[in-house]
Parts: sequence; C-alpha cells; structure tokens
Amino acid sequence: MTTATQTVPAGRARDAAAGAHAGRIGWLEQTVGGITSNIEHAIFTERHARSAGWLQRRDPRIKMAGALTAILAASLTSSLAGLALLYGATLAAARASRIPFGFFVKRVWLGIPFFAGIVVLPAIFFVPGPRVFDLALGPAHLAPGWNGLAGAALFVSRVGVSVSLAVLLVVTTPWADVLKSLRALKVPQVFVLVLSMTYRYIFLFLHTANGILLARKSRVVGRTSGSEQRRWITGTMGNLMSRAFKMSNDVYAAMLARGFGGEIRTFDTYRARPSDWVALAGVAAVAVAAVLAGRILP
Amino acid sequence: MTAIEARPATPTAVGPGEPLFDLRDVGYKYAGRQVALDGVSLRIWPSERVALLGANGSGKSTLLKILDGVIGPTGGTIRALGRDVAAVAAGEDGFTFHREVGLVFQDPDIQLFSATVLDDVAFGPLQLGLTQEEVRERSDEALAEMGIAHLADRAPFELSGGEKKRAAIASVLSLRPEVVLLDEPTASLDPRTKWVLVDLIQRLAAAGRTLIVATHELDIVPLIADRAVVLSEEGRVVADGPPATILADRDLLIRVNLIHEHLHGHGSVAHSHPHAAADGHHGPGEGAVGDAPPEPAAARRSPD
Repeated sequence: MTTATQTVPAGRARDAAAGAHAGRIGWLEQTVGGITSNIEHAIFTERHARSAGWLQRRDPRIKMAGALTAILAASLTSSLAGLALLYGATLAAARASRIPFGFFVKRVWLGIPFFAGIVVLPAIFFVPGPRVFDLALGPAHLAPGWNGLAGAALFVSRVGVSVSLAVLLVVTTPWADVLKSLRALKVPQVFVLVLSMTYRYIFLFLHTANGILLARKSRVVGRTSGSEQRRWITGTMGNLMSRAFKMSNDVYAAMLARGFGGEIRTFDTYRARPSDWVALAGVAAVAVAAVLAGRILP
Repeated sequence: MTAIEARPATPTAVGPGEPLFDLRDVGYKYAGRQVALDGVSLRIWPSERVALLGANGSGKSTLLKILDGVIGPTGGTIRALGRDVAAVAAGEDGFTFHREVGLVFQDPDIQLFSATVLDDVAFGPLQLGLTQEEVRERSDEALAEMGIAHLADRAPFELSGGEKKRAAIASVLSLRPEVVLLDEPTASLDPRTKWVLVDLIQRLAAAGRTLIVATHELDIVPLIADRAVVLSEEGRVVADGPPATILADRDLLIRVNLIHEHLHGHGSVAHSHPHAAADGHHGPGEGAVGDAPPEPAAARRSPD
C-alpha cells in the first residue's frame, strides 16, 4: 500500500515532466510533421497525375507546349475578359482531368492574392488618375486610384491564371514526365538528368532525415535545452551532408557500372497522337482569342 | 535473345583454358589506410557460380566493385576478360568492359537513380548506343523477366524493398552481361522475394552466365554456387572449395564470424552448438552448417 501511494505522485511527476518535455521538443516535432507532410503531398499530387483524366492522357510534351502557350497569352492579354476566358478554359480542363475543384482553386488562390498583392500594392496609390476616395491622415493622404486598382486586378488575375496553368500541368503530369518533356524545349540533357536525379534523391534524404528525427524522438527521455537541440540539428545536418556525399560517389560508381562514359543519353518514350495535336490546336485557339479580347473588349 | 538467354560458355574476350578473372595478391585500402582486402589471389573461370562468403566488413562488396572495374585495386594485379582492371577503373575501355560485366549493388537506392523504373532499366542499353526501339525491347524484357513490368512508370521511391531489388537486377539484366556480380542479393528480403531471386540466379547459371554472389546467408549457398570463397574479417581469402566442404567446416565458419557458438542450458546439462549469422536461434538454417547434429525438437525448447 505504501508503495502504491508513493508510486502515484512519482507517476504524476513523470507525466508533468513529460508534458514540459513535449512542449520543449514541439518545434522538432513540427519539423518532422512538415517533412512528412511534404512527402505525402508530393505523392498525393502524383496520385492525381496517374488518374485517368483528359489531360493525363495527353503527351507530356504537348501539355508542356500548351501550358506555355496559354501562359504566354495570359502575359500578352490586356483585358480581364481575356484572362477570364483563359481561366474558364483552365477550370474546364481541370474538371475533365478529374482534379477536385476545391483542391485546385484553393491551391492557387490562397497564396496568390497575398504575394501578388504585396508586389502591386504601391501601384494602387501611385498610378496617376482619378481617385476612388481621398482620406487625409495628417500630412499624408490615403487615396487609391481607379487606374491603379484596375492595373492591380489585371496583374493579380494574370499571376493567378498563369499559376493555375502551371499547377494544372504539374498535378496532371508525373514529375518524371515534366522533367523529361523539358527536352522538347531543347533544355540540355545534362540539365534534365541532374534535375531528375535531384527529384529522385530529395525524397530519399527527406525519408532519412525523417527517420533520424523519429529515432531521436524515441530516445529522448529527459529535458533538452534549446542550445542542445540546435547543436543536435547542426550535427544532423552535417551527418546528412556526409551521407549525401558518400551516396553521390556510390551513385556515380553505379552509373559507371552500367557503361556511363560521360555522355548523357535519355530515353524518349513519348508518342504524340492526333488527339494530342488537336488539343494543342484548341489551346492555341483559346490563347489567340484571349489576346484578341484585349484589343476588342475593355 | 532475351535477358536470360543461353550464350556461349566462354566469352570471346577470353581464350580457351584462360580464367575470366585472374587476381594476384590484390589489396584495397580505403583512404589509404583502412584495409578492406589484403593479398587476395583468385581465379574465376567461365560459367562458374561462385559464392563470396564473409562477415560484414570482410571486403566482399569491395571485391565485387573491383571485379566490376568501378574501383581499382590499391595493390596487386587483376585481369578480367583479358583486360587490366586497374586501367578499366581509370576510365580506359570501361564502356566495352561494362557490356560484359554487370554489378547489382547491395543498396538498390544507389542503383535506381532515375526518376522512373523504366528510365533506370533503360539507362544501361542507352549507354550502348542502341536505338530507342532496341532500348525499349531490352527494357521490357528485363522488366518482364523480373516480374515488374507493371512498375515501369513508377518512381523508385514508391517501391517496396523487394520491388526495388528486382528493379535493380532488371537494370543490370537489360545490359545482357556475360558476368553478373550480385552483392547480398537476398539481404533484408521477404521469403517469397528471396526465393524468386534464388530461382533467378539458378536460371542465369543454367543459361551459362558466370555468377559471383556475395552473401553471408549460408542457407542459400548450396543452391546458388558450386564454389565458395571465404573471406576473413581482415579481408583475406581463407578458404576456397565446394560449398558442401566449406559449410561443413564449423571451426572455419566460427573463425570468420559466419556462425557463432553459444552455450545453452538443457535441463541440468550445458550444451553448445553453432548458429548461422543470418539465423535466429534455432532457426531453419540450423544443422545446415557446421558438424554439430541438429537437436531434438524437445531439446530446442529449453531456455537460453
């Protein structure tokens, strides 16, 4: 009995210590969570890329060319109507490609107004022209202009449409195909190979980093100070760098073992079908219409 | 010709009666001081199936890399398929040499460096300068041979350990090499994948390929090799002979740390007997190595 009554406070003390300790390593856990989330997110987007949608069936090179054509049109058009036409076509393509509407729209529009808005904010006040209102704040005036607002709306819409097109390309195309289709744009083979290998090994090192962090978490049984945590993080970064360096040597040996002689050769598995060319022609028609809309409509 | 098709017993680069690999007093030191191999002399003949046995750190992987010409020895000489391997490792004629000799690395994450499995399997044939159609044909055959054709467009990070191992082997088979070097091919694999690989090794051997397999899993040795070469923990060859003879030499296997011996209590009687390094206590490999007879089932239940 005596033993039991002594055990309970000891257990509570341990729980309290564990609670304080959990608070202390919270930022580390957040890092682990962030890494895992990034990996899962990447795999999740690949899942969309492998579903049987309209864009997923298109040749990646055609998709790349179509996306670039549409982005070019978004940059050239000077009307909101033209941008609306492009965005409408983008949403229709996303729908035909079975991309969830909420996922697609949120992914673009949650960040764009903020970042693009910051860039364009001064223009709202400094572009000459009639003012929406004029609020005197001591010696200064808060006076947004109609021309500035119109320019800002055009800029944010242009960025939003362009990013939507880029996101649509990425979520409907496996990364490996996105990288390989860069060859169609005459990007040097060595650049494509390095990008592919970076994509391949970044996942491996994220997993390794995740494993190291979890292994530490499972063995931390006492309080650790902020400086100890920072020291451990820097040590782990050094460890990962050493592993990366060793692995780069091993990978090079593996390349040599399969006959690599310094010349990069990539495997082209793509075959554009008539339906791909028709789709590209459709994108070009929408792009031309969007640009012309800027000349006809306000 | 398929990825595993019968081919001449003697490669054209080697004359009749000549060894494929001729190692004389070969040594290797990492960073100029850490000894991995010490005075290894060995001859390997066409169509032989050789198991390189040794504990962790005995230099098996280093020896395979030297045999493949991706690193050169720091001491001694080695000729392979009529070429000086030190020159191959220095970059001379590596292109031709690696058509003939393929190495499957122990860690498939090292071998699978491309964005998709198909790209990896196609990497070797592309280096041969084949047309896109030939590359596709060879890649498809190798993938089908390893039973992973459905994984062609997948990224390596999406694969399980066994699938990665199969993809790594397919990436070498697509080169159709005369000699296949395998570094711990069955390590950390589930039983089904392990026996698929044992079956593959047997089919490669039946097709006349020369096979050199580094392993410390003694239970598969009689199935995959007709010759066993044992490396000590100091990186020296300490035995070379038929697997049955090597595996029956309990003192040798204990000395090179391939099996260990410990004391059991059987009721009131203390009793010692060996275990293979890869076995659990009283595992299925017990009795297959060393000269100690297997214990009766009842005795195995006694506490350690």
